[in-house]
Amino acid sequence: MLHTFVALVEDKPGVLTRVASLFRRLNINIVSLTVGESERADTSRMTIVCEAPEGAAHRIRASLYKLEITVDVDEVGRSEAVIRELCLIKVAAGPNSPHGQQSRSQIFELATVFRARVVDLAPESIMLEMTGAASKIEGLIQVLRESSFDILEVSRTGRMAMRRGHHTSRVLKALGTPGSQPFSAEQNADEPDYALKPASEDFLANQFPEVHEEEQ
Amino acid sequence: MEPQTPAPTLTGAEILWAVLAGEGVTTVFGYPGGAILPIYDALRKFPIHHVLVRHEQGAAHMADGYARASGRVGVCMATSGPGATNLVTGLATAMLDSIPVVAITGQVSSKVLGSDAFQEVDITGITLPITKHNFLVTRAEDIAPAVRRAFQIARSGRPGPVLVDITKDAQQATAAFDFETAKPLPVRPHPMLRAESTSFQQAVDLILGARRPILLAGHGITQSGAEAEVLAFAEARQIPIATTLLGLGSIPAGHPLSLGMMGMHGESWVNTAIQQSDLLLAFGMRFDDRVTGNIASYAPKAKKIHIEIDPSEINKNVKVDVALIGDLKETLARLLPQLPKKMDASWLKEINASKGTAAVRDIINLPDNGHLYAAHVIHDIWREAQAAGREHDTVIVTDVGQHQMWEAQYFKHEAPRSLVTSGGLGTMGFALPAAIGAKSACPQKDVWVIAGDGGFQMTACELSTIVQEGLAINIAVINNGFLGMVRQWQETFYDKNYSASPILSPDFVKLAGAHGIEGATVSTRRDVTSTVTHARTSGKAFLINFHVEKEDAVYPMIAPGAALHEMVRRPDRDPLLETAEDE
Repeated sequence: MLHTFVALVEDKPGVLTRVASLFRRLNINIVSLTVGESERADTSRMTIVCEAPEGAAHRIRASLYKLEITVDVDEVGRSEAVIRELCLIKVAAGPNSPHGQQSRSQIFELATVFRARVVDLAPESIMLEMTGAASKIEGLIQVLRESSFDILEVSRTGRMAMRRGHHTSRVLKALGTPGSQPFSAEQNADEPDYALKPASEDFLANQFPEVHEEEQ
Repeated sequence: MEPQTPAPTLTGAEILWAVLAGEGVTTVFGYPGGAILPIYDALRKFPIHHVLVRHEQGAAHMADGYARASGRVGVCMATSGPGATNLVTGLATAMLDSIPVVAITGQVSSKVLGSDAFQEVDITGITLPITKHNFLVTRAEDIAPAVRRAFQIARSGRPGPVLVDITKDAQQATAAFDFETAKPLPVRPHPMLRAESTSFQQAVDLILGARRPILLAGHGITQSGAEAEVLAFAEARQIPIATTLLGLGSIPAGHPLSLGMMGMHGESWVNTAIQQSDLLLAFGMRFDDRVTGNIASYAPKAKKIHIEIDPSEINKNVKVDVALIGDLKETLARLLPQLPKKMDASWLKEINASKGTAAVRDIINLPDNGHLYAAHVIHDIWREAQAAGREHDTVIVTDVGQHQMWEAQYFKHEAPRSLVTSGGLGTMGFALPAAIGAKSACPQKDVWVIAGDGGFQMTACELSTIVQEGLAINIAVINNGFLGMVRQWQETFYDKNYSASPILSPDFVKLAGAHGIEGATVSTRRDVTSTVTHARTSGKAFLINFHVEKEDAVYPMIAPGAALHEMVRRPDRDPLLETAEDE
């Protein structure tokens, strides 16, 4: 099954190798891995999606934690996190493309339906940008293919994940949030204990992957 | 407050030694070379003794042996390129057995990094999977923080080796150095290391409900310094204790609750007791395959409680019912007050009754038939230590193979850190250099090398190091003309096809003599004790070449993939003994 880990790691040379080497050692295939800056100075946030047996999650997480460059690791399920991917798709849209002069308008229509954006328009091609769950991106690509559009290039970032609501990590809680008031006991008293699991599944009612806000 | 004096400016090389001295390092094991020369040049200014090895692998094993015998961090050094790659086996050995070692390697100048410069190798890349962490340092001002962190990482949580690769220009450049801020960093607790109180309650309930509990004592007991707590725990509930290979010594072998070693070559009653147990208490051990045999049939009736500092070990090999993650000493201190005392010793009596004929079958209890068995040699080394009242002041350093298992069976370890052996990686050639490390750490102790004729030849060059350092190390070579464990497997599983297992050896006594070390050859049982006594009391290094029975095998034995209770017992009447008429 697919596991998604979100790791906060130090931003130093060789960190990616250490993480990748861990998965190689465990003989686990990385499906996707995204890295970028986080809210904290000198740390990156990674989202690692990997294919591993169901029981392996604890060990992968604990092994990631053993790396000295790791600040925090979270394993997130689909229902508890927003999982998104960014995709760029270049489609042939010139007079000589399969749909000829109609290409552009038809691609525009598809883009509207899928809430993709046109980010580049060239005489012979259109570039679409789409953000969403992997299934939606695959949906757009499939529709383009089935409608005989000529896909010239596809570039996908792989999945990024962020847990919904307040984070549950006691490590991050202890570190506090950068830019805000330092974490104090009084603040803590008013806040619910986010470490507790929600009492029922209803709590997650608005968290289906297809519901997401369009960014402007 | 004292007036602020500006921090002195030192070279990178001087900063390294200053930080090492600050960490309490008194001895380092190493080998100089081009890329580490600035560091060696600065050595004379610092009160640290450098042991020149004959091969860098030896340096890593010495640092390892030093750490195992003393509990302090061992330090080894090598130059770039081949010097660094020669450390690899030693670092892997330390990694698999969780030994705190810091390795310092020289590296080519940062300006030519990555250009395949002379003696350049990507040692941080190479050692990535066999170190707990490693650093590449290219600036003088980064040396102190990196080395301090290296010591902290090596010691913290589950210990392990850390490598610091320092470029030559960083060694030569200068930086401000403040002795105060370069003080050792405290041991860092792991953020995940916190056992839940609900788990404690579950553990207590399981312990109170258990009728046939067994405590599995691992290396973590000594790592945590929890020997007294474990013993108090076992005594409070009358729980028999089985030990892993690296757990030997953590519990006195002579203690009534101590059963002996478990696993592939463990005693039959120990493994049988584990299989019949209804509760296994795994303390600082990791259910290695040599310990469990076939996982599917391992302790089928037993609930399992695992106290372990490394969360990634939980449920790795054996699924456990309760995991208490954390330092063993602290965890037991919380657990112990919750347990009422229990005095029922019926389970222990039952186990002792199951020993049956095991002792009678044992080779050391059979009459002398003129043949010399390795078991006799090891038994006599133990009796010598016992007779001299040096049981707590003897360190046995073994190599890997049959003699290692015989040592584990026949030397009764009473004290922690009295056995130094490569358990996880099984590194042949480990014994001689590791013994040099152990003797350097504990010069007042008797240090014995017990090695086979195969493994001894892998690192025999370090005999010269012993002489140069003037170390009184006793060496017992268990010489049977074979790579014994390989031969035993070939006998059992490969139809006696002794492919490449017979090994020719030099005359080890002459070899020792060539280094200036006295020696003797022993081939009869009656000469063992007197020679062992002579070696121990000689006050200098002494090598004994024991010509032992060629085709002897280690029993009991569990075939790979077999269950613990399916062990092959010692032969009822040793067939070898019956052929003793020729004597």
